[in-house]
Amino acid sequence: MTDLLEKPAVDVRIERTDAAPAATAPLAASSAKRSRSRGPIAALLRRPGVVLALAIVLFALLTAVVPQLFATHDPTATAPADRLLPPGFAHWFGTDEVGRDLYSRVVHGSTLTIAATALAIGIALVGGLALGVFAGFVGGTADAAIMRVVDVFLAIPGLLLALAIVTALGFGTLPVAIAVGVGIIPGFARTTRAEVLRVKTLPYIEAARAGGASWGRILFTHVLPNSWGPVVVLAVLDFGAAILAVAALSFLGFGAAPPAAEWGTLISNGRNYLVTAPWVSLLPGLFVAAVVLSLNHLAKSLEEVQR
Amino acid sequence: MTLIEIRGLEVDYRRDGRVAHALRGIDLVVARGERVAIVGESGSGKSTAALALLGLLPHNGHIVGGSATVAGVELAGAGERAARRIRGRVVGLVPQDPSVSLNPTQRIGHQVAEAVRLRGIPKPQVDAAVVEALEQAGIDDPVARARQYPHELSGGLRQRVLIAIALAGDPDVIVADEPTSALDVTVQRRILDHLDRLVRERGIALVIITHDLGVATDRADRVVVMREGVVVEEGAALDVLAAPQHEYTRHLVTTAPGLRAAEPPPEPAGEARVLVRWDAVTKDFALPAGAASRTLRAVDDVTLDARAGRTLAIVGESGSGKTTLLRLALGLERADAGSVAFDGRVVSDLGGRDGRALRRRFQLVQQNPFGALDPRFSVGRSIAEPLTAFRVGTKAERRARVAELIDLVGLPADAAARRPSELSGGQRQRVAIARALALEPELIYLDEPVSALDVSVQDQVLRLLARLQRDLGVGYVFVSHDLAVVAQVAHEVAVLRRGQVVEYGPATRILTSPSHEYTIDLLAAVPGRALREAVA
Amino acid sequence: MSRYVLSRIGQAVLVLWAAYTVTFVILYLLPSDPVAIMLSANNVEVDSLTAEQRDAAVARLGLDRPVWEQYLGMLGAALRGDFGTSFAKQIPVSELLAQRLPATVTLSAVAVGFALVGGVATAFGATLLPRGRVASFVRRLPAAGVSVPNFWIGLLLIQVFAFTLGWFPAMGSEGWQSYVLPAVTMAIPTAAVLAQVLIRSFDDTLDEPYIATARAKGLSRFAVQVRHAFRNAALPTLTILGLLVGATVTGSIVVETVFSRHGVGRLAQESVLAQDIPVVQAIVVLAAAAFVVVNLIVDLLYPLLDPRIARTPRVSRA
Repeated sequence: MTDLLEKPAVDVRIERTDAAPAATAPLAASSAKRSRSRGPIAALLRRPGVVLALAIVLFALLTAVVPQLFATHDPTATAPADRLLPPGFAHWFGTDEVGRDLYSRVVHGSTLTIAATALAIGIALVGGLALGVFAGFVGGTADAAIMRVVDVFLAIPGLLLALAIVTALGFGTLPVAIAVGVGIIPGFARTTRAEVLRVKTLPYIEAARAGGASWGRILFTHVLPNSWGPVVVLAVLDFGAAILAVAALSFLGFGAAPPAAEWGTLISNGRNYLVTAPWVSLLPGLFVAAVVLSLNHLAKSLEEVQR
Repeated sequence: MTLIEIRGLEVDYRRDGRVAHALRGIDLVVARGERVAIVGESGSGKSTAALALLGLLPHNGHIVGGSATVAGVELAGAGERAARRIRGRVVGLVPQDPSVSLNPTQRIGHQVAEAVRLRGIPKPQVDAAVVEALEQAGIDDPVARARQYPHELSGGLRQRVLIAIALAGDPDVIVADEPTSALDVTVQRRILDHLDRLVRERGIALVIITHDLGVATDRADRVVVMREGVVVEEGAALDVLAAPQHEYTRHLVTTAPGLRAAEPPPEPAGEARVLVRWDAVTKDFALPAGAASRTLRAVDDVTLDARAGRTLAIVGESGSGKTTLLRLALGLERADAGSVAFDGRVVSDLGGRDGRALRRRFQLVQQNPFGALDPRFSVGRSIAEPLTAFRVGTKAERRARVAELIDLVGLPADAAARRPSELSGGQRQRVAIARALALEPELIYLDEPVSALDVSVQDQVLRLLARLQRDLGVGYVFVSHDLAVVAQVAHEVAVLRRGQVVEYGPATRILTSPSHEYTIDLLAAVPGRALREAVA
Repeated sequence: MSRYVLSRIGQAVLVLWAAYTVTFVILYLLPSDPVAIMLSANNVEVDSLTAEQRDAAVARLGLDRPVWEQYLGMLGAALRGDFGTSFAKQIPVSELLAQRLPATVTLSAVAVGFALVGGVATAFGATLLPRGRVASFVRRLPAAGVSVPNFWIGLLLIQVFAFTLGWFPAMGSEGWQSYVLPAVTMAIPTAAVLAQVLIRSFDDTLDEPYIATARAKGLSRFAVQVRHAFRNAALPTLTILGLLVGATVTGSIVVETVFSRHGVGRLAQESVLAQDIPVVQAIVVLAAAAFVVVNLIVDLLYPLLDPRIARTPRVSRA
C-alpha cells in the first residue's frame, strides 16, 4: 500500500508483483541493493570527507602508539636559545617557552590522551552495555531501579562528576580516564536500553517465541546483535567527546604531571604567552579540534550508512 | 472543459547517484465534475502522478519531460510559487491516513481555519465558515469539535475533518489518496458516500488514487490503470473492469478478491476433530486512568472451534477482539474467564517441558511481513530457527528440510542465502509461512497474513495456503477484516463485533445468506459491488 | 493533575538526595585515605605527625565517627544550609558560594540566551534554506561547534577580539563587555548541540504527513515551518533543556579559568586542585540541584505544550 504523502520508494527497490507461484527473483533493482549491502565499508568510504577524516584519525592513533616515528625532535629537549619560535620548516608548530619543539610535544601527548580516552570508552562500553541490556531485557522493578540510578548520575553534569572523582582519586592519567568513563556510562546504558526495548517488540521476536526459542536464546541471537548498532555509533561519537573531556581535565591541571604533557596541558601552558606567541596554545588546540571533528564526521557517516 | 491535462509526463527520482523512473510518459485528462480513479499496485507511479498534480513532489523528484496543466497553470518546470497558487484553491487533497495527517498539537478548528483563510475569507467571518465546513463534512456538534485536538476524535471523524479542510479551499478538483485503506470498511463506506454527495452537489471533480479495483468501480466514472510508470488501459469504469483489454488489467481483475464471486475451498474428506476450542472466553484490558470506563472488554464470552485440516476464519473490524482471541490461543495472554484448549490441553497452563511440546503443534504467521523476519538472519536461518530451538535433526538434516520448505512455498532455491531486505513483501510472507511449517504443525494461526500485500500477491499467497492445506492437511485459524479474502480460504466463519460473536457457521451459508445485520453490512461494504451486480 | 505535580516534585527531591549521597560516596568513601587528604588540605604535614597528633587531628575534624554517622550529620547540616568549612580557605562554604555565585549565574544566563538564539537560528537556516551549498554549510556548523574544545575557542576569541581587534577585554569581570566573550565561548557548544537536535527533529517532523496536508492547503514553506513544524519539532528539544543548562553551567568552570573571572566555576577548579572536599561537594550538589529544578520545570510545562499528554481522551464514535 503506498501512502501518497510518504516518500515514494526512492531507493530503487520497488515492490514487484510476483509473476507466478514459482516466483522468479526480484529484478535488477534488488541486485543493486545486494551489492550495496555487501560493502558497508565501501559505502562509507564513498561519502564525502570520510577518507580525509579516516586519515586524520589514523594519524592520531598511530602517533599514540608509535610517537617516535612521527616526532621530529625529542619532546623533552630544551633549547633556551630557540624559545618561542613561530612555526617554520625547522619546527612545524614552532617552539614553546623553553625551546622544545611543539609538534613533537603534541605527537608524544597523543599517547597519554588517547590511552586515557580509550580506557574511558572501554569502561563506558562494558558498563553501559551490561546495564542497558539487563535493564531493557529484564524490565520490571530491576529496570526501574537501574534507570533511577542512571538518572541520578545524569543529574550530575559530566565534568563535575569527573571533578569529584579526580578530587577523590588524585591527579594523573588513570584517574582522569576513570572519571570520564564513569560519566559516559549513563548515556550508553540509556541508549542500549532504548534499543533493546524497541527490538523486543518487533514481530520476529514474537515469531521466535512462537517457534519455541527460549528467552536466553532470543537475547543472544536476536536482541543483542540488533541492539548494539546505535551504541557503536555512540561510542565513536563519544570518543571525540571523551577526548575533549580528557583534554579539559588536563587543561584545568588535573592530568599527568610534567614533563609529560597531554594535549590539554600543552594548551594550558601556552596561555601565558598568548599575546606574543599565540601558536603555543592555538596550534595544539587546532590539532585536537581536527581529530575530534574527524571522529565526529566518521561517526555521522557511519550512522547514515547504517540507516 | 478540461481541468487537468497531463501529456507525456515523465518524473524521475534521484538519490545517491541512482535514478528511478517513476513516470515514463503518461497522459491523463480530467474534466470538470468528472470522477476518475487511478488504479495501480505499489510502484505503479499513481502516487507520483497525484503528487505532481499538487506540485508536492519531494525534493529529489523532478519532472523531466512532458507537461501537467491544472486549470491552465503549467506545473512542469514551474516554481514553488506557481504550485502554491493551485494548491488548496484549485486542487484539494484528502490524505490517506487520518491518524497522522492532522497536526497533533493544534485544535481542529484552527487547522480548518487555516484553509478557510487562504481562500480569502475576511477574518471576522472565518469562525462561521469553519463551523459550516465541519458541518458540511458530516461532523456532529461542530462548534465543540472545533475546539478539540485530533487525538480526541475517532478515525472516522478525523477523516471527515480532512475532507472539510480539502473542501474549505473551495477547490475545483479533489485528489483522494487511498481513501479506503486506513479505516474500517463500514465507516469508510459512509464517509465515501458522503464525499460522493458533496462532490456531486458542488460539481467538483474527483481523482481517486487506489490499489483496489472494487473501490474504483464503485466510486468513479472512469478508470485509469497504471503499471510501472505507464498507463496501460483506461476507459469507463464498468467497461474496463467487465471487459479488460490489456493483459495486466485482466490479471488485476481476476486476482482481486472482491470482484468475483467467492469460490469456497473444497471440503476435506473425513472426520475433522476439534483442535482448538475457545470456551466461553472473556478478556478484559485495563484502560489508562481518566478514560471513560476502567476496563475494556476485548473478548466477551466467545465460544468457537477450529478443526483439524480445515480453516476457521475470524472476521471483524478493528476493536472486534479478533487479535486478542489469537493471542489467547497462543498463550500470549491469559483469559479472565473461560479457557482456550488445544487438543484438550488448556493453553494457559503451558509451562515448562509439556508446554513446549504442545507449542510445536501450532505456529504463527504474522501480519507484517517487514518486521516478521530478523533482518540479520539469512532466509535459511530464519526458517530453520524453530528446528534449532527444538533441536530437531542434525545440521545437515535441517538444511535439507529448509530446502524442502523453500520449494514447498514456491521460492527459488537460492533464496535460502538471501537476506530479508532483498525480498519483496510477498516473498517474505512465503518465508514466514515456510518457517511456520518447519515443525510440521497441525495448525497455523494467521493474523491478517495478506493485508499488507498487493492484490495480485494476495491472490498467490492465498492460493499457496489453500494448496498447502490440501497437501499437508494442516488446519488454519485465519484472522482478517476482509470478507473477500476470507471467502477464498474459509470453511467456517465467525464474525466478531466488539468482542462478541455475532454470527458463526459454515462459510457458504454466512457469505451467501447471512442472518445478522452486521454481517450483511460488512458484506455490502466490500468494494466492487457495482461490478458484481453488473456481471451477475 | 496535582497528583502528577506532587509526584514530579517528589521525584526531583529524591534525585537530589541521591545526588548528594553519590557525591558523598565518591568524595568520602572512594579515596584511599580521606584523612590524609583533609589534613594536607588543612596544610598539615601528614607524614611528620606522630600517631597521637594524627589521632587528635582526626578527632578534631570529626573523622573518627562511623561513616553513616558522618553522612547523616552532614546531610542534616546541608539541609539547614550549612555545607561545612572550606579546608583551604577556612571560611564557611556557603559564604564562599554566596560571594561567587552571582557572577556565574549572570554569565550562565547570558550564555544560555546566546545558545538558544544561535541554536534555533542555525536550525532554521539549515532546514529552511533551499538545498544547496549554503544550506549544506549551515548543516555542518553544529558538528564543528561540538568538536572543538571550548577552552581553545576561548583562547582564539581572546586572541582575535581582545588582543588583535581590541573590542572586548581579555580577562576580568568588569563591566558588561567582559561578559561577551566568555558568554559566547560558553554558548557555542550548547548552541551546537541544540542545533543538532533541533535539525534532526525538524527533518523528522517535516516528513510527517500532516506537514504535507498543510502544504496542500497552499501555505508557503516558511509559514508551514513556523506554524506547524516548529512547535512539534521543539518538543523533543525541551526534554534536553536540563542537559543543556547543565552543560552551559559546567562550561563556566573552564571559561572562568580561561578568562580569569571570579565565579563558582573558577572556585571549582581551585578547590579540586587543593582537594578541598567540602567545597567540591557543595558545588556538585548545587549543579545537580540546578539540573533537577530545570527538569522539573520542563516536566511541569510539557503537558501544557503537548495536548496529547495528560489529557483524558474522550474518544467518540464516528
